[in-house]
Amino acid sequence: MLKLNGISKTFNPGTVNEKKALEGLSLHLEPGDFATIVGSNGAGKTTMFNAVAGAFYVDKGSVILGGEDVTFKPEFRRSRELGRLFQDPMRGTAPHMTIEENLALAYLRTSKHQYAFFSRTTKAEKKLFRDRLALLDMGLEDRMSQPVGLLSGGQRQALTLLMSTLVPPKLLMLDEHTAALDPATAEKVLQLTRDIVAEYHITTMMVTHNMHQALEMGNRTLMMDGGRIVLDLKGKERQGLTVSGLLEKFRTGAGKALDNDRILLSE
Amino acid sequence: MDLSSVLGLGQTALELGLICSLTVLALFLSYSMLNVCDLSTDGCFTLGAAVGAVVAVSGHPLLSIPAAMLAGVCSGFVTALLQTKLGINSLLAGIIVNTALYSVNIAVMGGSSLVNMNKTETIFTMVRDLLEGTPLAGQSKLVVAVLAVALVVAFLTFFLNTRLGLSIRATGDNQDMVRASSINPAFTTIVGLCIANAFTALSGCLLGQSQKSMEVNLGQGMVTIALASLLIGSTILGRGGILIRAIGMVVGSFLFRLVYAVALRLDMPSFMLRLVSSVIVVLAISGPYLREQWPTISRRLHYKKQTAVKGGD
Repeated sequence: MLKLNGISKTFNPGTVNEKKALEGLSLHLEPGDFATIVGSNGAGKTTMFNAVAGAFYVDKGSVILGGEDVTFKPEFRRSRELGRLFQDPMRGTAPHMTIEENLALAYLRTSKHQYAFFSRTTKAEKKLFRDRLALLDMGLEDRMSQPVGLLSGGQRQALTLLMSTLVPPKLLMLDEHTAALDPATAEKVLQLTRDIVAEYHITTMMVTHNMHQALEMGNRTLMMDGGRIVLDLKGKERQGLTVSGLLEKFRTGAGKALDNDRILLSE
Repeated sequence: MDLSSVLGLGQTALELGLICSLTVLALFLSYSMLNVCDLSTDGCFTLGAAVGAVVAVSGHPLLSIPAAMLAGVCSGFVTALLQTKLGINSLLAGIIVNTALYSVNIAVMGGSSLVNMNKTETIFTMVRDLLEGTPLAGQSKLVVAVLAVALVVAFLTFFLNTRLGLSIRATGDNQDMVRASSINPAFTTIVGLCIANAFTALSGCLLGQSQKSMEVNLGQGMVTIALASLLIGSTILGRGGILIRAIGMVVGSFLFRLVYAVALRLDMPSFMLRLVSSVIVVLAISGPYLREQWPTISRRLHYKKQTAVKGGD
């Protein structure tokens, strides 16, 4: 579903601030893969997501999404096939617009009808939005005409998740999407993520700093360091692996001890 | 003040308020929705008036309306292009276009800074002739203004709830999300500014024709006046659906003109208009901000006073 062929990206080349964020990274995700991604800060996880989303064009290599070469496709066109959630619950929704208007906008993503621009939300669509909101079990279906700015962070993140999967994307990218939520809400959003991804068989990548999550969710675990994928665990090798086993593998994979408290603390 | 003069005051404020509310509605689209403060409004207003006047003088009063609006679209397109494709700050883009429009406007007016329409057939004289003998006779200004405002409000209410309209609204709210909805925010900004400037130009065109003359400084200060009306309107009817908020804009514009007309009656010189509108804008924007800051400020003052006393021992 996603193929990254030796992509590289250097920020501020030729200056003192030069930063090689991606160095010949390659990855192949099969349809239906759910890969969790771990790695210390600056390993290139978010940069890889940005490269896939098209926030910038890569310096080297190519990006193939669902069989289509999208290496130089602009960001707003790629988003037709992509869903993405950020750590910040505020980034995925428009606060001054109502829940219904936000959903209508997300739904527009995939409508290819020529006059879709001038269409208004139909009754059938409203019903669809309502039914899907009810699945979140947060009472949002009765607040559809309220501005999204009134919702809590967890509710906004759940809504964003719903918006990005309202029409199932080819690839869903979750960038620590529960990190800013309290533990109970985070668990709820994670459960929603599991349910939605399983129901629509969406190919998914999820960045997390929680080692348990990294092993427990999905069918693959990728570890990144220095702009590369240093470890790709799947199948039997992944089953039965413990957190300490994972850390051990990371040490040998990256060739250095972990210096990041955040990873160690979340064991 | 006798009753007839009060009514006359209200009538003038209503006509002027309605015609200028088209500019307020334009800013409602660009300022409230797209979050772009379009400083080319003054020039665009005059451009609409100039094009409208020249086309009317050449004998096509009906054509003057679409011609003025089209000129507004062009002006909005250039402003939008400068800020979305050429990397110019949106405020600066507006100022640049505004400056350039001064030359364009005089060029449109054939090198003169004044166009007289005293004997020209305008949209207002046409309607006046149409209304002769009906109960609405003599109310041509009001009829034209009401019609134009109703059409623009209806259009905005419909348009801002379409998918394109929703994306324009989201552009001012959260650009990331617009991109994630596979819409180019540059595109929504361009469409939004084109439509907004069409209304601004329409507003200028109608004001010029209703006054039967236009000069090149007609639009000066319009952006502040419209902003003052917009802020008054959103204080009164700022919540709710697009229709209610759009009506709020029209009410705001009328109230602004009414207050101004009363102030004139109370011997305020007419050249004070722009100072008054500036003060209203400052108060309307800084008021809520200061109210929010006040607890901190008052606590700090109080704290300083206390420590000054304590400092003695």
